[in-house]
Amino acid sequence: MNLSLPYLSLLIAIPTFGAVFVGLLRNSNEDQVRKIGVFFSLITAVLAILMAVNYDQSANNVMQFVETYTWIPALGTSFALGVDGISLTLILLAAILVPVVLIAGWKESEGQRGSVRQYVVLTLVTEAMMVGVFAATDVFLFYVFFEAILIPMYILIGRFGGARASYAAVKFLLYSIVGGLLMLVSLIGLWVISKEQFGAGTFDWFALQDLQIDGPTQNWLFLGFFIAFAIKAPLFPFHTWLPDAAGEATPGSATLLVGVLDKIGTFGMIRYLLPLFPLAVDYFRPVIIVMCLVGIIYGALLAIGQSDIKRLIAYTSVSHFGFIALGIFAYTSQGLSGASLYMINHGFSTAALFLIAGFMISRRGSRYIEDFGGVAKVAPLLAGTFLLAGLSSLALPGMSSFVSEFLVLTGTFTRYPVPAIIATIGIVLAALYILLMIQRTMTGEPSDEVRSTVGELTTREKFAITPVIAIILVLGFFPQIVLNVVNPTIERVMILVGATDPLPTQGDNK
Amino acid sequence: MTAYAWLLVALPLAGAAVLLLGGKRTNAWGHLLGTAMSLGSFGVGVATLIEMLAKTAEERETIIHLWDWIVVGTFHVPVALQLDQLSISFVLLITGVGSLIHIYSIGYMAHDENRRKFFAYLNLFIAAMLVLVLANNYMLLYVGWEGVGLASYLLIGFWIHKPSAATAAKKAFVVNRVGDVGLSLAVMLMFTAFGTVTFGEVNAAAESASTQTATWIGLALLLAACGKSAQFPLQSWLLDAMEGPTPVSALIHAATMVTAGVYLIARSHAIYDIAPIAQTAVIVIGGITLIMGAIIGTAKDDIKKGLAGSTMSQIGYMILGVGLGPVGYVFALFHLITHGFFKAGMFLGAGSVMHGMHDDVNMRHYGNLRTAMKITYATFGMGFLAIIGIPPFAGFWSKDEIIRAAFSHSPLTGIVTLIGAGITAFYMTRMMAMTFFGTARWQDDVHPHESPKSMTIPMMILSIGSAFGGMLLLFVANIESWLEPVVGFEHAHGGPDSSVLIPVTLTIVAIGAMMGWVQYAKREVPLLAPTDVSIFTKAARADLYGDTFNEAVFMRPGQYLTRSLVYVDNKVVDGVVNGTAGLVGVVAAQLRRTQTGFVRSYALVMVLGVVVIGAIAAIVGMA
Repeated sequence: MNLSLPYLSLLIAIPTFGAVFVGLLRNSNEDQVRKIGVFFSLITAVLAILMAVNYDQSANNVMQFVETYTWIPALGTSFALGVDGISLTLILLAAILVPVVLIAGWKESEGQRGSVRQYVVLTLVTEAMMVGVFAATDVFLFYVFFEAILIPMYILIGRFGGARASYAAVKFLLYSIVGGLLMLVSLIGLWVISKEQFGAGTFDWFALQDLQIDGPTQNWLFLGFFIAFAIKAPLFPFHTWLPDAAGEATPGSATLLVGVLDKIGTFGMIRYLLPLFPLAVDYFRPVIIVMCLVGIIYGALLAIGQSDIKRLIAYTSVSHFGFIALGIFAYTSQGLSGASLYMINHGFSTAALFLIAGFMISRRGSRYIEDFGGVAKVAPLLAGTFLLAGLSSLALPGMSSFVSEFLVLTGTFTRYPVPAIIATIGIVLAALYILLMIQRTMTGEPSDEVRSTVGELTTREKFAITPVIAIILVLGFFPQIVLNVVNPTIERVMILVGATDPLPTQGDNK
Repeated sequence: MTAYAWLLVALPLAGAAVLLLGGKRTNAWGHLLGTAMSLGSFGVGVATLIEMLAKTAEERETIIHLWDWIVVGTFHVPVALQLDQLSISFVLLITGVGSLIHIYSIGYMAHDENRRKFFAYLNLFIAAMLVLVLANNYMLLYVGWEGVGLASYLLIGFWIHKPSAATAAKKAFVVNRVGDVGLSLAVMLMFTAFGTVTFGEVNAAAESASTQTATWIGLALLLAACGKSAQFPLQSWLLDAMEGPTPVSALIHAATMVTAGVYLIARSHAIYDIAPIAQTAVIVIGGITLIMGAIIGTAKDDIKKGLAGSTMSQIGYMILGVGLGPVGYVFALFHLITHGFFKAGMFLGAGSVMHGMHDDVNMRHYGNLRTAMKITYATFGMGFLAIIGIPPFAGFWSKDEIIRAAFSHSPLTGIVTLIGAGITAFYMTRMMAMTFFGTARWQDDVHPHESPKSMTIPMMILSIGSAFGGMLLLFVANIESWLEPVVGFEHAHGGPDSSVLIPVTLTIVAIGAMMGWVQYAKREVPLLAPTDVSIFTKAARADLYGDTFNEAVFMRPGQYLTRSLVYVDNKVVDGVVNGTAGLVGVVAAQLRRTQTGFVRSYALVMVLGVVVIGAIAAIVGMA
């Protein structure tokens, strides 16, 4: 279908409108509120898919579906939207996951401090802002979305989470604000430099790439952005807010937080750090690669040591974000494309893990591994889907995550063999953290509590989780669906930063 | 039929999908569908072979490109199948033995409530194993490689309520993952050095590759082979894998999956041919494992674990064989196929014995079963004669060739294979004697009986393979010239002549067999294993301390490390890095009292931000 629409503003407007609509509804029960929420999120998802279908993979322009509206001319900032291959796939990820989360977490907003209506409103607002943050081509607009999205997420964690939700929510907020403020400082710096060099200050992403910034200045500006992104993504040692936040949030919110929101960090690295501060990236690269490696192994070891299923999943993500960032800073097309694909795959596989873990937790009334055991016997389908989600997390070939993890490793190896070899330890540890959890929760004889509480997947749950698992498997065998979209963008990034893939060292292909 | 070769994989894969997604609705006929899919795949394999036979040796390799799997920069990986003499040999072994084991399982698993799931996993295994051997590149091979690992995991842990089965399944997967790191590294090295990961292009590039590169690739591939083929030092999972149902042990942990390491090395022959250090490493690993497995086999009272030790040992022979280079490739693969017949046959025989003995696996409770289970006795006996290498049974031909090739490499290598042959004769005679001869030591309420036809017929077919398979492959199928175009072949030079070697080998085998016979058929076998035994027996019973080593070096320090890190992360990293831990506590406490406080503080931050921007804009504007 060839439809020319202002897709991006619609993708922001529809969930926003949905949020307002739900917010203004009176005399409707909880089920109606949820159904309306799902309705708006489904329209958004359909529209996002339409946009993806209309995206021209062979086009030469950097951004497509470009829209620009005047905003604050005095500051040289405009409401400018557009997508490249990476942001397109991330918006698609968000748009698909929101209805899944709303359907899967049908009951998780009940009996909380906040109301079901609030939950639906906040989720839709979050969706709108996620689209905004990925679609912004004006750095100031990006910053505004980057900060604003904290508000609905903070309330989602704080008002709908577990016993220590307030603590976790505030911790999340403080970390993010510290990162955001550092980014703001760098942003202002960029603006000042653009004012000096162009005569008029600007936040336009395209224009900022033409700035001539010397090395030391780049380093300082880089740090502001990098720390903000490293907190968001999160990289070791900035990760400690994540297990608390993801552990306390409802499984649905944890999915959006870890699956999509955290990708702003790694997305920002490719979109902003690489083109704007190439000298600084070179300067800091050794340190960052060490951070990634420590994160890969440290996150995996901590996941092995967890007794709380949701915290365990959160730590696996710390390990996975190490892989993503490693691929980005390896500066090869395999590393960068692998990292971009990894963001999508990690989104879906983390969603599967959190949501199915959520199904188990809501039945048993406990997040602790020791309270399960023998689930496979009483709920084989639930156990089977959880195993599949786990296999996706440990990057089994045939699952989408394998392709991206291997691309990252290969892309790293061609330039930095030793870090790549160290990173492979993560492959072994991943098998341990997933299979230990599976063994402890699924195998053995079920206890009386498990027998009486843990039942098989309901129709609604099956309905929510099926598309996620289908995507994981399809992308495992046909990753080109995403790679064809991402590759041209990565090629441009490589040219922009002046990087080329190492050539084969020997043989006829030399 | 060649164009439809994708059906080889698609049929069992479809079977697995239907049985898993169909759920209970397919319970009634699931086992039949699973068996039909495996047989269908075998049929396609036979048709493909017939077409291949019609071509000349040089034209037999066909690449079937299905779709582009991964294309990023110069990293180009297709989903493509490579049909040649090597892959089709494996296809027939996998689907042939696989189908027999499907048929056998219909009877063996008849009373298991999850029989349908069992057949689904078997189909999944067949599909993954076929991907492994049909792939035309190392990445797609990787899919099959870990795919069979998944099927193995699911089937070892099939009786999921048994904690020992669940632990064994996890152990098998994790140990294999250590090996898989080797495969990952090999693929990365190949891409970095040659810019390609397809077999044909890697082999071509290897001709001009540096020895150093080839050595590293060879060692990485060896690590992968050690994991999948249970070779030292990654052998420990295989004995525990016997927790799975016996047909699984026969198919996956004897006949097919565990030989994948041999396949991998033979497939990568061009790399090894220019990397003598890697070849030596392969020989050493094979040699160590062949002796180790045999020693473990001498001390096991559990019939399946005895056979598992034997499998390790026999794969040791194959690994050693492929380490020898062109004098060994063909014969290692030859032994792989004959071993597939006789070891699968013996595992099915063991399953048949267990079936008649209330699932008791302790051979000390067996004895004199030849009277009660004539078919099982006869078919197991054929396998026995084949594995110890009595002419004209299958194992004689293949093992003899490996021994001769080993002597052409060095006397030491040759002697190791001879010693192995002697120990093999001892432990297999022990097993034969304890099970089928001597006095009946059956427990109360056990009434041994022969198994149903669905089980005995596959055993009979495999025993025919054990008896005649060697001669057929060597003299009728001409296995050397059949495989030569793919892996290369040279006649072994040097070392003792066959006219000397064969009598010597047979004498050593006879001595080993005699010792086993005297001790276990002629003397009374105690019901309980004697405890006042030598340290050697103790060591053999403890699997030569493989697990003890793993626990002391990896498991316990690892557990200590993870526990400490959890503490450190909660107390130190959280606190030190940001210094906000205390602050968070204070702020959180404040906010708990005034829930709206947050919005105010956030607004303040935002306002502050805007003010800063405004101020700077103003300053810059004024300047």
